[in-house]
Amino acid sequence: MSEQPIDRYRRRLLGGAVAAGTLTLAPGLFLHRLAEAKPDADPVTSIIRWGLLVDTNRCASNCTACVDACRDEHGWTGHDRPRSDAQWIRKVELRDPATGREVSLPMMCQHCAKPPCVDVCPTGASFKRADGIVLVDKHICIGCRYCMLACPYKARSFIHEELSHQKPYSPRGKGTVEGCTLCVHRIDVGQEPACVEACTADGRGALLFGDLNDPKSAIYQALAEHPSTQVRADLNLDLGVRYRGL
Amino acid sequence: MKRTRYLEIGTSSGYLLLLAVLGVLVAGGAGAAWFMEHQGHHVTGMDNQVAWGMPHVFAVFLIVAASGALNVASIGSVFAKVEYKPLARLSGLLAIALLAGGLAILVLDLGRPDRLIVAMTNYNFKSIFAWNIFLYNGFFLIVAIYLWTLMDPSVAKYGKRIGLLAIGWRLVLTTGTGSIFGFLVARQAYDAAILAPYFIVLSLAFGMAAFILVMLVAFNGSGRTLGGALLGRLRNLLGVFIAIALLVVTTYYLTNLYAAEHQATVRMILLDGGSVTTTFWIGQVLLGSLIPLGLIYHPLFRDSRPALASASVLVVLGGLATMYVIIIGGQSVPLVLFPGMEVSSSFFDGSFNPYAPSLPEMALGLGGGALALLLVALGVRVLPFLPDALPDTAAD
Repeated sequence: MSEQPIDRYRRRLLGGAVAAGTLTLAPGLFLHRLAEAKPDADPVTSIIRWGLLVDTNRCASNCTACVDACRDEHGWTGHDRPRSDAQWIRKVELRDPATGREVSLPMMCQHCAKPPCVDVCPTGASFKRADGIVLVDKHICIGCRYCMLACPYKARSFIHEELSHQKPYSPRGKGTVEGCTLCVHRIDVGQEPACVEACTADGRGALLFGDLNDPKSAIYQALAEHPSTQVRADLNLDLGVRYRGL
Repeated sequence: MKRTRYLEIGTSSGYLLLLAVLGVLVAGGAGAAWFMEHQGHHVTGMDNQVAWGMPHVFAVFLIVAASGALNVASIGSVFAKVEYKPLARLSGLLAIALLAGGLAILVLDLGRPDRLIVAMTNYNFKSIFAWNIFLYNGFFLIVAIYLWTLMDPSVAKYGKRIGLLAIGWRLVLTTGTGSIFGFLVARQAYDAAILAPYFIVLSLAFGMAAFILVMLVAFNGSGRTLGGALLGRLRNLLGVFIAIALLVVTTYYLTNLYAAEHQATVRMILLDGGSVTTTFWIGQVLLGSLIPLGLIYHPLFRDSRPALASASVLVVLGGLATMYVIIIGGQSVPLVLFPGMEVSSSFFDGSFNPYAPSLPEMALGLGGGALALLLVALGVRVLPFLPDALPDTAAD
């Protein structure tokens, strides 16, 4: 017996319904698995304060491992326009004119506890996470650049052109401001920032990352044991990045 | 004193020509903004070192001048100097127009001007910028109500009170504008409380100069009588404002010179800063202050309208120079992260940051200025802002 048109219609309808149901449920199930896989699915807490210790005695002036790693990780490759190209982290060379002593160090967002960029931002796009990481919400940044004028460390860059081939975990956009995120996407899955990993692997292990609040952490103990400096400590911003050997 | 009659101006060929010129400039500004937004800011002279450029120079100048343009209205109503009263309407109109022109530039220079609605709906109340959004909108509203009390006899009785609110509001507004820079604690050239009163003094001078020019053009262009007595008073006020601004800027640099930590900054701006240094000495001091003072106070130019007009033009140009020195100069000076050390990096740490404005930036800035004047030109055509005549007898 030949198939009735009404059966064909029913079959197509049921098939469509199954396909639609699968399409609707599958991402939810898949995302649910991802969420479970995330080791720190709990909300961010101020019990932790993430920080970095830079040992300038171990930082070589010709080494840019941290800068290269950051650029690769976040994709802030330039357009051969050094003055308007973004730099999330840079190597700064210091020379004491009196003695000729030279120091090399990486400079990036210092993740202040009292960040001036957050104070001046009119929309609240510049914000500090409970665990001390200072970030830009790219969705509400209007590109006024007031944070760039307020930052004492020149840690913020403005995107001066259209971008392509962005990293999905590190969204960037023309007309907004950006800076070091302390690799928040890595920290949230239990990894170290890319610069720290690269410095350990390819550099001389000058960067130490950890929880500034945890007395058992290596960074806490290192800071307790040896003197360290906050850049422009006079501003009393309580920095998340500390330097040794300055 | 006879009652003042106000009349819209007529449509002459000169008026149409003025509209055309201003219209072309406004269109140029709009085109420049479109170009900058589509290309990204790399087509401007601004970069990651000098993040605020020529658009901000024009915008802040216009915003500061807006608050000063209200001088004449305030003197007339709040300080009860009746001879200024006939000009109060024009004063309010100019104030609104200048603010609108300045804000248009500021918004169109944003990295994401399409997100203006975000700025209107997300507020961080610790930010001076966020306060300013309220202060600017409040200024529009208060001055608009003030104009209403001036033009509608049925609400005229509220004029004095709203005038008092307007003068208070505009002092706070300019304090807010100056504080945009004054609160930047990390920058050597800013981080100074004196910037707030400095901006207020500048606003008095810029606003007065802009008002005198608009008034002269409006009365001359529409063939109306303008007596010399009131002009003489405005001339004297302009002179006093220029002199006070010079005093404040001298204090600012001398104070900074006394502190060892600021000496390098002062040296860069006053001696080694290239275009910033030239703009300071030639633009701000010579053309913007000393020559206007000569034109105002030298007996040779007493009662000379061309001299007063020239002085006002120079104060406006000097005002732009002043803003250039404050905004560009302040960013050109490198941030001091390691005092006493020689510093270098791929991100220009430790070096003086050069800046050269691009054509789109200039076009945007000029477009904003033209927009302000266009609003005034249209305003006096459609509503009775301008007295039909202002002979000296009316001012006595």
